[in-house]
Amino acid sequence: MNSRWLRAARPYGIAAASLAAAMLVSALVGAADLNPLATVSTLLDRIPFVRLPGSLSPLDRAVLFEIRLPRIVLCALVGGLLSIAGAGYQGVFRNPLVDSGMLGASAGAGLGATLAIVYLGGAGPAAVPVAAFAGSVGGVTIAYLTGAAGGRGTATLLLAGVAVGMFLTALQTYVLQRSAQDLQAVYSWLLGSLSGATWQQCAEILPYSAVSIAVILLHGRHLDVLSVGDEEARALGMHPGRTRLIVVAACALAAASAVAVSGLIGFVGIIVPHVIRRLAGTSYRLVLPLSLLAGAGFLVLADTLARTVLSPAELPIGVVTALIGSPVFVWILRTTRAVRT
Amino acid sequence: MNAIMVHDVAVDLDRTTILREVSCAVASGSWLALLGPNGSGKTTLLRAIAGLIPYRGTVTLGPAADAGSLRARQRARLIAYVPQAPTLPPDMRVTDYVLLGRTPHLSYLAGPGRADRDAAARAADLLDVARFGARRLDTLSGGERQRVVLARALAQEPRILLLDEPTSALDIGHQQNVLDLVDSLRRTTGVTVVTTLHDLTTAGQYAHELVLLNQGRVEAAGAAAAVLTEDRIARVYAARVTVSTDAAGNTIVTPVRTTPG
Repeated sequence: MNSRWLRAARPYGIAAASLAAAMLVSALVGAADLNPLATVSTLLDRIPFVRLPGSLSPLDRAVLFEIRLPRIVLCALVGGLLSIAGAGYQGVFRNPLVDSGMLGASAGAGLGATLAIVYLGGAGPAAVPVAAFAGSVGGVTIAYLTGAAGGRGTATLLLAGVAVGMFLTALQTYVLQRSAQDLQAVYSWLLGSLSGATWQQCAEILPYSAVSIAVILLHGRHLDVLSVGDEEARALGMHPGRTRLIVVAACALAAASAVAVSGLIGFVGIIVPHVIRRLAGTSYRLVLPLSLLAGAGFLVLADTLARTVLSPAELPIGVVTALIGSPVFVWILRTTRAVRT
Repeated sequence: MNAIMVHDVAVDLDRTTILREVSCAVASGSWLALLGPNGSGKTTLLRAIAGLIPYRGTVTLGPAADAGSLRARQRARLIAYVPQAPTLPPDMRVTDYVLLGRTPHLSYLAGPGRADRDAAARAADLLDVARFGARRLDTLSGGERQRVVLARALAQEPRILLLDEPTSALDIGHQQNVLDLVDSLRRTTGVTVVTTLHDLTTAGQYAHELVLLNQGRVEAAGAAAAVLTEDRIARVYAARVTVSTDAAGNTIVTPVRTTPG
């Protein structure tokens, strides 16, 4: 009994340890050279009832607590949100190619952010997260209403999402073409970045993140049942339409929270859940929590590269996730097939 | 007592009437076979009884009153439904798939507990699939797949088992194996069985009562010898057959080929 529990807990232990390691590496790497031992003891000192001599200088402490840590925590949140939202959508649509930006979410966020940058002038930067969040949720809502009206199949819903996405992207391009001076600002937002992350941003998306993550995690078993198809799920006493609505709403909220603070970061929501399936199994009761942890670790590492490779300049994080993520993804696809079948 | 009472049921799908004025009853613990040519409404009647499509008329399940008033989860605890081509998620393990049968017994946020795992394990044992519980569904043979699907249905601990063409993908030996299994489950657990079947002779051998559907109506109902007559089969199926009775009293339907030229 005990060993069975240990075996079940092992993947979570590995994923959590990897995330902790990624966060620690990220905290140590950067323009300012922080002494590793001093940094670790300073961090441990923050744990209640642990007393260690924190030997970082006041300046280094400021770098650690006001610059690096908020960025790392925000990265972990965004990576976890994008991955779990991608995994949730894949379960709802029984389609492994669905990503967190589908269903008009990314296009809606892009339109929202563009409108804020172009029309709100000085107030723009502050309004961008709110506008992106609203655009993302709005995009999914329109896609869902359109798709649900056309029939109840999941393919209809996905196609409605594609149509709504193209429409919103066209609107965004139109707005942008009329104000070419904002091109730079809009494109740098679209490519995604977590530079200048603050504790306040973390706090702002935390409530939405917590709610959406909790709702998605609670529906892992339901997504497993959905994998036998709507009719058989109904014969098992489920309400597939209701489950789909709840999970889509939670995934949309998760993705919108991430997009609001990071811009558009593609790819994470597809590759992380797939790697998890390859390594740990396909039940959503495993895939959802492990995607959350692994997605967080993956984005922390990607962001560490984004801010160090061309230091002091920064690469857009979306470029890093694609440049590193694609080859790693292909490698995992090619090497794990033999093991799993 | 009757496990299922179907009274004056009609079904329209896409504005086409599929079933009309269908009435029949299934005695508790017995086996009823639904027969009829392609498109006669067999599957539609099964799906109506399972509550998967809207219908007019009444379906009564045992003492539980009108099935239409049951919630989906309550209904799924009474009825297990296995479609002709069940969807088997390729990556899923046999054990996890059988455990899905416990879904109607779980409250919304609960996961399967020890009692559910035990029920699923009993079902897997009864159908002899426990020994390959760790295999992926896409590695199973046709006969193994059908047994795994039946194990999932049995894990529901239903009082009624609805099987749509349970033998359609199997060779004659596996067909008999599956039908024998279903019959022994019926005897040991007292579950009521309703199947659609294409093979008329087989249907007569296993089912207590046959209901022959034709163009959405009940053409004939009763024991095999009464339902399966040469004239009726010729008319309903547009088929040429001879009907005979073997030494054991089984009704045998034999196709006849007209000599060409």
